[in-house]
Order: sequence, then structure tokens, then C-alpha cells
Amino acid sequence: MPTGFSGLLTATVFLPAVAALLLAVGLVRGDRNVRWFAAAVAAADLVLSVVVFALFQRGGERFQLVDRFDWITTDTVQASYLLGVDGISAPLVMLTGLLGLCAVFVSFHISNRVREYFIWLFVLQTAVLGVFTALDFLLFFLFWEVELIPMYLLISTWGTGRREYSAMKFLIFTILGSAFMLVAIVGVFVSAGVGSFDMTRLLEPGGALDASRAALPMGLLFWLFFIAFAVKLPTWPVHTWLPDAHTDAPTAGSVMLAGVMLKMGGYGLLRINAGMFPEQLQQFALPIVALGVISVLYGAVVTMRQTDLKRLIAYSSVSHMGLVLIGLGSVAVVGGALSDAGLTGAAMQLFTHGTITGLLFVAVGILYEQTHTRHIPDLGGLANRMPMLAGAFLIAGAASLGLPLLSGFVSELLVFFGAFRAFPALTILAVLGIILAAGYILWMLQRTLFGPRPARWDNLTDAAPVELVPVALLVISIVAVGVYPAWLTDVFRDGLEPIVSGYNAGLAGVSR
Amino acid sequence: MTAYDLYLVSPYLALAALAMLVIVADLVTRRTGLLVGLAFVGLAAPAALSAWQLADLTSSGASELTAEGSVILYTLSIDRFALFFNFLILAAVGLVVLVSNDYVRRMERLQGEYFGLMLLSATGMMLLAAANELISIYIALELTTLPLAALAAFLPNARSSEAGMKFLIVGAISSAVMLYGMALIYGFTGSTRLDEIAMALAASPQSGPLPFGSMAVLLAVVLLLAGFGFKMSAAPFQMWVPDVYEGAPTPMVAFLSVASKAAAFALVLRVFYIGFDALGGDWWVLLAGLAALSMTIGNLVAIAQRNIKRMFGYSTIAHAGYILVGVAAVATVGDESATFGPSSVLFYLAAYTAANLTAFFAIVCIGNRINSDEIEDYAGMLRRAPFLAIALALALIALIGVPPTSIFIAKIYIFAAAINTGESLMTWLVIIGVVNSVVSAYYYLRVIKVMFLQPAIHTERLGGSWPVNVALGVAALCMIWLGVAPGAILGVAEQAAVVLLVGG
Repeated sequence: MPTGFSGLLTATVFLPAVAALLLAVGLVRGDRNVRWFAAAVAAADLVLSVVVFALFQRGGERFQLVDRFDWITTDTVQASYLLGVDGISAPLVMLTGLLGLCAVFVSFHISNRVREYFIWLFVLQTAVLGVFTALDFLLFFLFWEVELIPMYLLISTWGTGRREYSAMKFLIFTILGSAFMLVAIVGVFVSAGVGSFDMTRLLEPGGALDASRAALPMGLLFWLFFIAFAVKLPTWPVHTWLPDAHTDAPTAGSVMLAGVMLKMGGYGLLRINAGMFPEQLQQFALPIVALGVISVLYGAVVTMRQTDLKRLIAYSSVSHMGLVLIGLGSVAVVGGALSDAGLTGAAMQLFTHGTITGLLFVAVGILYEQTHTRHIPDLGGLANRMPMLAGAFLIAGAASLGLPLLSGFVSELLVFFGAFRAFPALTILAVLGIILAAGYILWMLQRTLFGPRPARWDNLTDAAPVELVPVALLVISIVAVGVYPAWLTDVFRDGLEPIVSGYNAGLAGVSR
Repeated sequence: MTAYDLYLVSPYLALAALAMLVIVADLVTRRTGLLVGLAFVGLAAPAALSAWQLADLTSSGASELTAEGSVILYTLSIDRFALFFNFLILAAVGLVVLVSNDYVRRMERLQGEYFGLMLLSATGMMLLAAANELISIYIALELTTLPLAALAAFLPNARSSEAGMKFLIVGAISSAVMLYGMALIYGFTGSTRLDEIAMALAASPQSGPLPFGSMAVLLAVVLLLAGFGFKMSAAPFQMWVPDVYEGAPTPMVAFLSVASKAAAFALVLRVFYIGFDALGGDWWVLLAGLAALSMTIGNLVAIAQRNIKRMFGYSTIAHAGYILVGVAAVATVGDESATFGPSSVLFYLAAYTAANLTAFFAIVCIGNRINSDEIEDYAGMLRRAPFLAIALALALIALIGVPPTSIFIAKIYIFAAAINTGESLMTWLVIIGVVNSVVSAYYYLRVIKVMFLQPAIHTERLGGSWPVNVALGVAALCMIWLGVAPGAILGVAEQAAVVLLVGG
């Protein structure tokens, strides 16, 4: 049982919340001051999250940098404040720090209720960081739910279009998903021999819940968790909130939504569904991969016919997050040992999609500030008016369609490697999605950046320096992962190793 | 009647005496502040006496305060369970007294009677939590209900009169029905004492296909439940709730929605866990049915409401449903978790009291100033009254059950108790419960949306007097405290609930 209190993770998670509190009590006033204060806090949090990633030692204790103290101890309820990172969560913490800073910089143009805006953005960041680091079910659920309210307010107050409708839709979908998760968490908690909300005990090899002790059928628990995470991921058919939320959210909202909040779903699938329910994941691998393939193909086909830039990226996210499910399905391999390729690919996809889609949304945000339209047929030939922006767009697009040497390629390749051994036919179908991706990405780039330029766009100027900060950060991370992925994949593999070896031990047990 | 008996009933006597004192003081002084101060400070007496009794219980190690020759021994149980409710009800009535400060200032007369009736009703509620005998239960119930009916009709307008009349008539009918149930129980078992009823029921032959072993007992339980359902504001006995909530004075509604509900659930727990202990396998299904009905009706109808007090009327029906899930969670697994269900009910009541009082206090404040309870008139409240708007928003978030607030922990606890029973029916009830929580998010958040997002029609700032702000702040802090550090109260609730098992 991990113990201790190093304080680093607590500082990383709660720094944005403290900043939000300082803003709320009015310590920093004036729009300009608030903006630079927010940038400084986000930068400090990025530094902290990079330190977390750097201090994480591969091959060491499974959960590191642990912060723990008892939270509730009564005769019937034991819960603790327990934060820690392993190889799965350490990169995601860094991703959140990175996108948090980007979200602040793309929000510099916000002029309406600036202070409130950054308060909610910071609360959101604390919630997401908390989800990635909490190792106690109660705490995990707490952070999971806290994220809803700021996102709801960000979309409905600072969004565009049908923002109130979209915000409510986002909220109802997510809250419905988390309602199922609540039942599952309670079900796990009251199972015989558990009696606490500590996740690490259930993650230990051999500590997994077995059907004889479970208060509810194991399959039911598995699916209850799955539904919650599938809504968040999102996967077909519960994806419909995503295009609306993305389209109407402010740029920073989209960046956080696509960049890190969807990753909460993927993280939950890896941490809980794969980590605590190995047998059920193997048993239900086929429907899960099938859902993944449908998401990939359906998402791609629907993306093809979008004319709104943000909606297009939103649907492409549905398509790309389907790959996470396909990667998870790789555990159903029969004969021979399970390699870690599929799960590592799924985890990598979380990180790479976060940076790539983050960059796409940043680019669209900058574009929209200038043109006030996201309607693709209205745009065209912007590359020679906005060369820097066009460069960012091209890199993000190329990474999104899986060009080698950029990060998207790595994760997609790993997913397909892993899944092919278990479900060859379905994997080949899913690869079709990548071909479609090349279609819609190139088509989008061609229609917006190249070709004849309508006269009304003759006076556009390129991205401002402050807008280029997030662009540069994200481009660097995309290229760094694409050129030398091992620095990231090794960490993910380290985190997934206990899960993979658990499966292999289980497989060996079955064959014996 | 011994001196020890006087000591045992001293908190109730002190509270009743305070009620008289306030009414008399009103004859002497015309200053509202003095009345509020007297009513509030006077509550220290019953609170201190209760604390004394608690200390006695702790030092003696007994589960109940008793003595040789005590005449109240079989009518009231002064145990941790009763004391838990003493403190809960006193805290609620204290805060409501403070919040009434601005409200009663607008009344021409009868200010003393307003506080007096409220304190008398609180006396009844405290007695209800301690009563373990059918006749004292009935008397305590009437002492609770009648002053509330008078309070509901307190305002000089038609809606308030309608509220009072409805409360009185529905209350009288439900009392009659309940009395009939009590008579049947007495006829069947030959006793009005809960412990003797339990023994008689356990001794009676439980044969045949009928639940409860006999048609008479089944009928009695259903009739009793109908009477209790009125007090709990559980469906299908909820018809009076929205009208009374809308018409009655708002501080009284705040009091009604938390204290009266808490006392009703104390009664239900005691009667069913002690009196009908032997029938445990049967009655929980009835309660589970009421729970599902209350949650669903409350939440669905609340969506359509335009008046915030009416909306809270339906919300309170829904919360009665969630609490009933905990009452129905009669543990069958093992001894160590046998108090899971009742202690989750106690914690939920504390959590709900904090959250609902916060919400109602904000509504009282806002209503005092804008003279409206329509949700649309709350537009732009974040600008006009940031403190009130944020407190109300936090309370609404708590009522949805979103962390880090009190009801989140309470809901987890209640659902855990339900799943812990191992009954598949209870698992379904939990699923109905969480789906209902999602539905409730819609109407609670709509109020937040109006307050935070819509532009204000008027721009003048709003605020209350300092006693009101203090009460609101205390309630809001309790709400957060129970969500962030629930350990202490959870422990107290678990200790209090043990009584229900020992007595059976």
C-alpha cells in the first residue's frame, strides 16, 4: 500500500485551484493583469508537471510521488486522500500541464468577464489533473464530477452559436455516464474483502476483484464503468454531445475538451477496465473492438462531409479515439504471450491525439479570431497571408493523418500491431479509417489554406506572437514524439507492464 | 414522577418553556431584534441539557438513560439516536430563527407567536425522535403538525391560507389513517410499546403465503406508512407539498423541509427497525417501492416548475425518495454492517439539512428583496448579490449530489448500504436513484444558469441583515464541511444507529 507525502503532486494538482481562489477573492484585478497572472500560473504548473514526469523512475515502485493521508475513517467507510502517478498517468499529467498553458494563451483575446473565465479554466485544470493522479475511488469520482461545472459554464458563457444547448447536452451526457460509474464504484466498494475506496489494492497483481467476492456481477460492474468512460471518450453511439460541445465552446474549451478531457475516458478504460477487470476485458474484447471500428469508420465518414472546421475536428476525434478501444481489444490474443503493443498504442494515442487535436483547435481559434468564420467554403488561399498559421495547420494535419516522423504515426502503428494478432479482419477494416483520414485532412487543408483566395481575406495578418507560444509548444511535442517516441513509450510500457504480465499469468493459468 | 424523569425530559421542557417565554416577551417588547435574540440564545438551554445527557450516556456506557421507577421509561428513549436528532433539530431551528429576522420585521403583529409556534413544533419533532410507544408517537406527531399548519397560514393572503388549510386537512386525514393502523397493531399485539410489539409479532405464527404473516398486520403497516408518508413528504402522499411550499412563509418552509422531514424519518426508523423488527424481510419492499415512486415523481415534475419554492417542494419529495432507499436497506449480510442502512439515513438527513437550509436561506434573502419567487426573476443574480448567488449555486450543486459537497458523500453512503444488502431489487433501486440524480441536474442547473448567465433586469445590489448572512454562511460552511471532512458526523451517525439494533 503506497504511503508517504511528498507534496509535489498535491502542489501540481492544486496550484491552479489556488490561483482560481486568488482570482475569486480579487487579489488580481484588471484584465491585462489577470491574463498575465494566469499565464504565469499555467507556466508554473507546466514546470511542475514536467518535474513530475522527469522524477518518475521507470522500474521503480509502481506508484510514485505518493501523497496520502486518511480522509474518512469510520467503521464502515474508509477513504483516503491518495495521489500518485505511474507510467500511465505521468505522461498524462504532463500533457495536462502543457495544454493548460496553451489554453491560457489562446484565451488572451477573451474580453468578456475575464476574471471569471480564468477562474473556471483553472478549476477545470485542477479537476483533470486530479482525475489522472487520484488513486482512491472516492477522490477519483470527486475530481471527475468537479470538472463538469466549469466546462458547462465555459461553454455556455463564453461559447458561440447554440452554446446553452450544447453545454446542457454535454452536461447531461457526462453526468449520466458518471451516474453509472457511481453505481460501479459503490458496487466495488461493498464487495466482500474490499471495504475501502483504495484503487491500488485492486490493481495489485492477484488483488483483483473476483466474481465470488463481488457484490454485483463482474460483467455488470465492467460495463457500468465502460459506459462512463465510453461517453467521455467518446465512442459511437454516445458521441453525439462532442460535436456540439466542441463547435460551440470557446477555443480554450475545445483545447481542454479534446486535449485532456477525452483522455479521462481513455485513462479510465486503461486504469480500471483493463487494470481491474482483466477477465472481463478479454471476454468482451470483441464487442469493444467492434465499437472501436464503428467509431473509427463512422467518425471518418461523417468527418468527410463537415463544412465547419471545429465540427470537422470534433468528428475526427471520434474517429481517432476509436483506436483506443481497438488497442484495448488486443488483450484478446489467443496463443502465445500478449505483447504490450496494443495497450501502449492506446495510451500513446491519448497523448498524441491530445497534442495534435490541441494544435488543430489552437490553429482554428487563431483563424477564427481573424476571419470570424469557420465555414470551409468561405475560406481559401490563406497560406500566403498567414504563413506561420498555415505551417502549424499543416503539421497538425499531417500528424493527424499519421505521417511518419510525427507523433500520430507512432500510436496508430502500435495499436494496429497489437490488435492485428487478436482481430485481423477488424483491424484491417479500421485501417481504412486512416485512409479516410488522409482524405478529410488533406481536403480541409487544401480548401482553407490553398487555392484561390477570396478578396475579403486580403487584409488578414499572421498569428500574433502570444498566439504562437502554444503553437510552438505543441509543434515541438508532436515532432519530439514522432522522431524519438521511446522517451514516452517506455514510460507508458512501464506503467502497463503489471497489467500485461497479469494477463500473461492469467493466460498461462488457463492453458495449464 | 421522579426527579430523574424531569432530568430525562428536561430538553423538551426547556424548549417548550422557551416557546412560552417568547410569546410572553412579545407582549412586553415591540423590538423584533430582542425576540430573535431571545429565541436564538434560549436554544442554548435545551442544547446544553442534551449535551449533558450525552455526556451521561458516554460516561455510563449504557445505550439508553434509564433509572428504577422512571415513568417515562417506556414512552421515551433517551439514547444516542434521540440526541442526534435533538442536535440536528435544534441547529436547524436556530438557523431558521436567525433567518426569520428580516422576514418577521415585515409583519405587523404576531411576531412572538411566529417564533413560539416554531419552537413548539421543534419540541414535537424532538419528542418524535425519542418516542418508542404508539400513543406518545401520536401526541408528538400532532404537536409537530399543528403549529406548522398555523405557521403555513401565517401570511394575510389567499395562498398562505390555502397552504395552511391544506396542511391541516391532509395532516388530519393522515393522522386518522395512522391511528387506525395503530389500533390494528394494538389489537393484534396487545401493546403500544414498540419493544413489546416486536416480541408479540415474533411470537405470532408466521405461516401462510401472505406477507407479514397476517392480513391485519399487513393492513396496519400499510396504514401506518400512509400516515408517515405524509410527514416524510414521500409519494404517493405528496399532494400537499408543492402548494404548501409555494404559499407558506419561506423561513417556515425551510424549517418544514428539513426538521420535520428529519423527525419523520427518525420515527420511521424507530417504528420499523424496533417495532417491526421481526418482519424485516417484508416491509423493506414496501419502502423500496415508495422510494422509487418518490424519486421519480419528485424529479420529473420538478422539471416543469417556474416557481422556485414549488420546485423545491418537488425536490424535497425526490430527496425523501433517496432517503427511503437507505431506510429500505435492511442489511442481511453480516453483523458488522447491520447499521449501514440506518446510519446512512442519519448522515443523509444531516447533509440534506445543511444543503437545503443553505438554499432556502438564499431564497428567503432574495425573496425578501425582490418580492418574487419566480425563477426567471433570479436573472443576473450573480451580479446583484454575489454571496447569495454563489451560496445558492453551491447548495443546488450539492442537491444534485456533485462533490465536494455534503449530499455527494451521503448519496454514496446510501447507495453503498443498498447494494450491500445483496438484494437485486435494491441494486435496481440504486440505478433508478442515480438516473434520477441525472434528471435532477437539469432543473437544479437551470436555476444556476438563470442566475449566472442571464442578464439582470434590475441592477440594484441585494443583501440581507447580518443575522441572515451569518445563518446562511454557517449553513453553507456545514454543507462544505460535511462533504470535505465527513468522517466525524459519519462516526456519530453510526453510533446513533446502533440503538436501533440493540432495542430489537
